[in-house]
Amino acid sequence: MHSNRYCNRIIVLPFSVLLEIRVKPDNSGVVTDGVKHSMNPFCEIAVEEAVKLKEKKLIKEVVAVSCGPQQSQETIRTALAMGADRGIHVEVAGKDYETLGPLQVSKIMAALAKKEDAQLIILGKQAIDDDCNQTGQMTAALLDWPQGTFASEVSLDGDKVKVVREIDGGLETIKISTPAVLTADLRLNTPRYATLPNIMKAKKKKIANVKPADLGVDLTSRLEVLKVEEPPQRQAGVKVETVEDLVGKLKETGRI
Amino acid sequence: MLGLLRQSFRQISRPWGTCQAAWRCSSSRAAPDVASDHAAASSFPPLQTYSEEESMMREAVKKYAQERIAPFVSKMDENSEMDEEVIKSLFEQGLMGIEIDPEYGGTGSTFFSSILVIEELAKVDPSVAVLCDIQNTLINTLFVQLGTPAQKEQYLSRLSTDMVGSFCLSEAESGSDAFALKTRAEKHKDYYIINGSKMWISNAEHAGVFLVMANVDPSAGYRGITCFIVDRDTEGLEICKKENKLGLRASSTCPLNFDNVKVPEKNILGKVGHGYKYAIGMLNEGRIGIAAQMVGLAQGCFDHTVPYTRQRVQFGKRIFDFQGMQHQIAHVATQIEAARLLTYNAARLKEAGRPFIKEACMAKYFTSEVATLTTSKCIEWMGGVGFTKDYPIEKYYRDCKIGTIYEGTTNVQLSTMAKFIDKEYDY
Repeated sequence: MHSNRYCNRIIVLPFSVLLEIRVKPDNSGVVTDGVKHSMNPFCEIAVEEAVKLKEKKLIKEVVAVSCGPQQSQETIRTALAMGADRGIHVEVAGKDYETLGPLQVSKIMAALAKKEDAQLIILGKQAIDDDCNQTGQMTAALLDWPQGTFASEVSLDGDKVKVVREIDGGLETIKISTPAVLTADLRLNTPRYATLPNIMKAKKKKIANVKPADLGVDLTSRLEVLKVEEPPQRQAGVKVETVEDLVGKLKETGRI
Repeated sequence: MLGLLRQSFRQISRPWGTCQAAWRCSSSRAAPDVASDHAAASSFPPLQTYSEEESMMREAVKKYAQERIAPFVSKMDENSEMDEEVIKSLFEQGLMGIEIDPEYGGTGSTFFSSILVIEELAKVDPSVAVLCDIQNTLINTLFVQLGTPAQKEQYLSRLSTDMVGSFCLSEAESGSDAFALKTRAEKHKDYYIINGSKMWISNAEHAGVFLVMANVDPSAGYRGITCFIVDRDTEGLEICKKENKLGLRASSTCPLNFDNVKVPEKNILGKVGHGYKYAIGMLNEGRIGIAAQMVGLAQGCFDHTVPYTRQRVQFGKRIFDFQGMQHQIAHVATQIEAARLLTYNAARLKEAGRPFIKEACMAKYFTSEVATLTTSKCIEWMGGVGFTKDYPIEKYYRDCKIGTIYEGTTNVQLSTMAKFIDKEYDY
């Protein structure tokens, strides 16, 4: 029998990603105006894991946090409809939002984790629009907490967490102490749909509004985006008849 | 004299009213259709303005339909059979008890949410949409509005969690002429004996409860029609082999036989002899649901077709780039938009407690015609492949036809509208 006083609160960080990517004409970035957003798939998996842990009565409360403009509230509502208890919307808009990167988000998460006295932070391993794969790791470093990244299986055991990680060589199992940061990989679970009754219940759940300044976080970016370009158009292939032709062509184009 | 003046003012003001409404609709395109409460609170928001909960529901159903229903559509159509998993997941998602109170396990949402859900489901499979439509707009509404506390207790929680319902009005000899129904219910002490048959009953294959319109007193004509709650396992109730249909094949449509079916008096829904009123009332609302189904069907078909026209190249350009095609496509898109707005407006009118019957008839009539036009055109735009079963287009073409027929044929809608129009000019 383990008591669940060790794991009271989980914070999940669902991010919204763009559904359609088009580079801006001036190559300074990607078009965001009027483009539909949706919750990052890995973050959905993270939220699902947190809700599952709560359903198993291993933790008491799931808090969904999102950083961004007004639209981020939708992402939080979706997390609430999936089963999170309450939400925190960290308002970041305009220019600040354009330069918001993993470092800034990690600082915000670290500040919130301390403020909310969380035992676990679960995030998606990476956002599918920028593929950074940094926020989880940086957050753990800022808090000096252990991390279990690329999790494909998570189990709580008293004040420890057993994490099975997907690594290049296969699977690695580690045991870390809470408080800890976990990042969700694809095979961790299959996220549930927000059922209509849960969407109705989510309306009553609270979303608190917070500004980064309130958390003492400086949003200045250390990075400057120089250029964003589309990948080169895929060229048509060439068919050859024999292996000799193939070798010849490869030599011709300087590939070998 | 004053009376006459008042009448003529009303005549003059109406055209202005409609002009204003049209202007409001056409200027709506700027913002995407996610609403904030601010937009809704401002005067005259566009028809495509949704509450946050309505938007979330639509997104959730869209995703669910794509992932959990789409893979089964073709097989269900071919086998003329609704997959049990699909029905189960509809209940799990809370789509079968949208307006039922949470105390009975329902979602506790609004009529407009039901309309949005039906539209989204119909984009993927109109058969699934009609199952959901009948449950929500006919069966659930009848129980909610007319059920005694005991009846609600017994049925509403089942209807929202695992039991499908069927509405039994039509017979072989009475379709549009619904009140000429012959199924008879004879009173004995505290029960009734029902004899007769019903035809064209949707959902019958899977239904656990049947709302049966039977006449307790044929000498009273339609004023004898009474609504009975009949459980599936009642002795004497026979669910016959389903029809082999052109479209909506996954939706079971069966004849029913009633052979001395004994139904206790407590199973009467509402009042004896008032069944005809309930039937008309429910069908007025159900009409809007069918309109939503037709809009979804048309849009779903359209959404499958346009990408093809943008890919297919003939004579060195995309077939979409030919002016002839562009004009046809734009025309159909306009029709679908108009159909949608008619439907949404009828739904909002009903929710606002305002008169909506004429508008509901217009919506059902217009959307079913638009669905027929859209699907027919889509097959043409797809060319040869549109004619094959390898592509989903021909299914939409087959599915749409019932739209002009069931829940009130086009001719019935038009006659009903004409009655209203006639009255409007009474002075």
